[in-house]
Amino acid sequence: MTFSGWLTIVLFVVILSALAMPLGSYMAKVYGGERVFLTPIFAWPERFLYKVLRVDPKREQDWKSYAKSLIIFSLAGWLLLYVILRTQDAFFVPHAANPLAYHSAPWNVTFNTVSSFVTNTNWQYYSGDTTMSYLSQMLGLTVQNFLSAGVGIVVAVALIRGIVGRSGKSLGNFWQDLVRTVLYVLGPISVLGALLLVSQGAIQNFSTYLTAHTLTGVTQSIAMGPVASQEVIKLLGTNGGGFFNVNSAHPFENPTAFTNLVEMMLVLIIPAALVFTYGRMTGNRRQGYAIYATMMVMFLGAVVVAYIAEAHGSPAQHAAGLHTHVISGSGGGNMEGKEQRFGVAGSALFDVVTTVTSCGAVNSALESFTGIGGAVPFANLSASETIFGGVGTGLYSILLYVLLAVFIGGLMVGRTPEWLGKKLEAKEIKLAGLGILITPLAALFATALATASHAGRASISELGKGPQGFSETLYAYLSQSNNNGSAFAGYTGFIQPNAGNVGSHGVTFADVLGGLVMLFARFGPMLFALAVAGALVGKRVTPAGLGTMRTDNTTFVVLLIGVVILVGALTFFPALLLGPVVQGLTGHLY
Amino acid sequence: MRRDIVTSVIGIVVLTVLLGLVYPLVITGVSQVAFPGNANGQKVYVNGKLVGSKIIGQSFKTVVLEKNGKPKEEEKEVVTEADPKYFQSRPSATEGGAYNAAASTFSNRGPNDKATEEADAENIKEYLELNKPYDPGLATAKIPVDAVSTSGSNLDPEISPANARIQAHRIAAKRQLSVSVVDGLVSKYTDARGLGFSGEPGVNVLELNLALDRLTGGTA
Repeated sequence: MTFSGWLTIVLFVVILSALAMPLGSYMAKVYGGERVFLTPIFAWPERFLYKVLRVDPKREQDWKSYAKSLIIFSLAGWLLLYVILRTQDAFFVPHAANPLAYHSAPWNVTFNTVSSFVTNTNWQYYSGDTTMSYLSQMLGLTVQNFLSAGVGIVVAVALIRGIVGRSGKSLGNFWQDLVRTVLYVLGPISVLGALLLVSQGAIQNFSTYLTAHTLTGVTQSIAMGPVASQEVIKLLGTNGGGFFNVNSAHPFENPTAFTNLVEMMLVLIIPAALVFTYGRMTGNRRQGYAIYATMMVMFLGAVVVAYIAEAHGSPAQHAAGLHTHVISGSGGGNMEGKEQRFGVAGSALFDVVTTVTSCGAVNSALESFTGIGGAVPFANLSASETIFGGVGTGLYSILLYVLLAVFIGGLMVGRTPEWLGKKLEAKEIKLAGLGILITPLAALFATALATASHAGRASISELGKGPQGFSETLYAYLSQSNNNGSAFAGYTGFIQPNAGNVGSHGVTFADVLGGLVMLFARFGPMLFALAVAGALVGKRVTPAGLGTMRTDNTTFVVLLIGVVILVGALTFFPALLLGPVVQGLTGHLY
Repeated sequence: MRRDIVTSVIGIVVLTVLLGLVYPLVITGVSQVAFPGNANGQKVYVNGKLVGSKIIGQSFKTVVLEKNGKPKEEEKEVVTEADPKYFQSRPSATEGGAYNAAASTFSNRGPNDKATEEADAENIKEYLELNKPYDPGLATAKIPVDAVSTSGSNLDPEISPANARIQAHRIAAKRQLSVSVVDGLVSKYTDARGLGFSGEPGVNVLELNLALDRLTGGTA
């Protein structure tokens, strides 16, 4: 560990908080229909889009109508993406769009990929550099990076409206919320972010791959492409699917330690800001601060453990005789699978940032993290997106937990639980409980199926012996059910002997199971969150009395952390013991 | 229902054009005008010949030839050996030979795998054989971790300053320079931490080797 490593972590948190607060207020204004500084620029395009889309933004939708629009729109996106990916080498696609003449991936891998991008997961069995045409990356994947992020955000906004709604049924208008998200939030930040990344060395072109002749007379082929425009929304929308196979470890995606900071900031900025949006929209900013504190405590805990574990080095390195401590001119630590420019701190922090959110981008090989360092992403995923979480998904996930915590707190003091003046009754608690349970259920069920069957074990990598093989499997389904997308990348669902998909085939079991898990664990909790919003929106508000349990003080923060950890730990601890914990504690080589 | 379907179909098409064509093309256009070097991958030319990208690592090994002049192969892979007069990059395990920047990949070596220990041990052996004759004090325990472990992208353009300073002894001997001259070059091509505090300092291997060639002439 180094001083600069700790300083990076501290400054990152400070800058993040300083940026998230104003963005949160800004987003509250956008969704509240207030005037913001971008209104003069986007008011006209906004009206134009409503006209083209035949949307009446004034039409108010109840939760069922809102959910219906959301599901149908997602389905339309799914179908279009499937067609785009399966026809990337068709006769009508111009050469410039696919300069390397890559064929399409087979149906099973495409099913997985499409489900993955529409659900904001960006789990990737394919490798971008050897599978996707430039057009597929832009027209297909980039678009869903925007739209799946938008869909997540609007659900959170609808839930807030349900919580603060004074009467009636309306949760707002899905189309209006989606259009505003794209125009006022995701669009402008993406344009600025993409240009910032290019100014630091990320690439953005349509050249064919380069052929270089190195100093020692060897030829080197170098992948190219429109990277920066996709990179920025991959992070900002907590999508995580890299242009290249090695994601943000690739120098063309993440060229310097400075861009590494920028990229981590892009990942966390919207999930963090939405917490403040919530505080502002409820009319009590302390509600937002309490949730922010809850998330930040768990986040920092994860970062500290990951950094210490990775700085220690791995059992395999020690067995080989390496000393992994800091020496002059080297930060030491477990540098296997990590880039020199990021070092151990920049890698551990990135890892936590992208696994607490549903981003799943990686700037280092998670599979090569030490047992305990690798247990951190597991623990983060076990928290089911409550530690910041994906854009929108994080906020509605933690709000479901808040509901649960208020209920448990109410039981403990023996009073009818109340939340922001609204009485919580059996219906809301049932809906929230089911919404919370879907993700872990999908993860554990799929893992059990995959470890117990030959078809499932076929995906485990050659090197994944003993607990590592189990870790790979568990991580794969945990990541897909949380719509995260990061991977212990040895786990495979796609066999590709040659670049460009000639002779390639998918592993149907892993592809289809994973695809279904992603869809189920994305839209299931979403519908329950909207149903909770629908149940809350019409409730009468009673003023808080002396005996009302507050949800904006330290006691509640502690209670909420307790509930999140308890649910996560009780659900996943037995499974975690079999994989990463065994490796971390024994130091045994397999 | 029908209304939702109509809006969804129009919506997905319109937004696909806006976000999937207009947005990336605008970014490409602006980038190509404002930052053409970066946007095209910071290509490095020597005498008009493309030798690589400044920020993509490359191998400084040469192909071992059989007596008949053909490349030597073992287990279907071309055998290479380090060119001792160049600084060596970190080990790379991309498919189709090290530093294949058309197919980036993680090595996925687990922390508790025997295979990882074996790979590390082999890299250590190679590193010692290459450098110990010129730096007699070198021992396994003194090798910086980055020098013998693969990077995340397997395309890392940098090595740690400690790694470079060990190799500087060999470079100085091979190029008949004083160690202090080589160390000076190493310092010159060491990138500072991001914003002064973030990440680790790293030495850009390609730039350093090009500077050496300029100093002592050619790649002969």
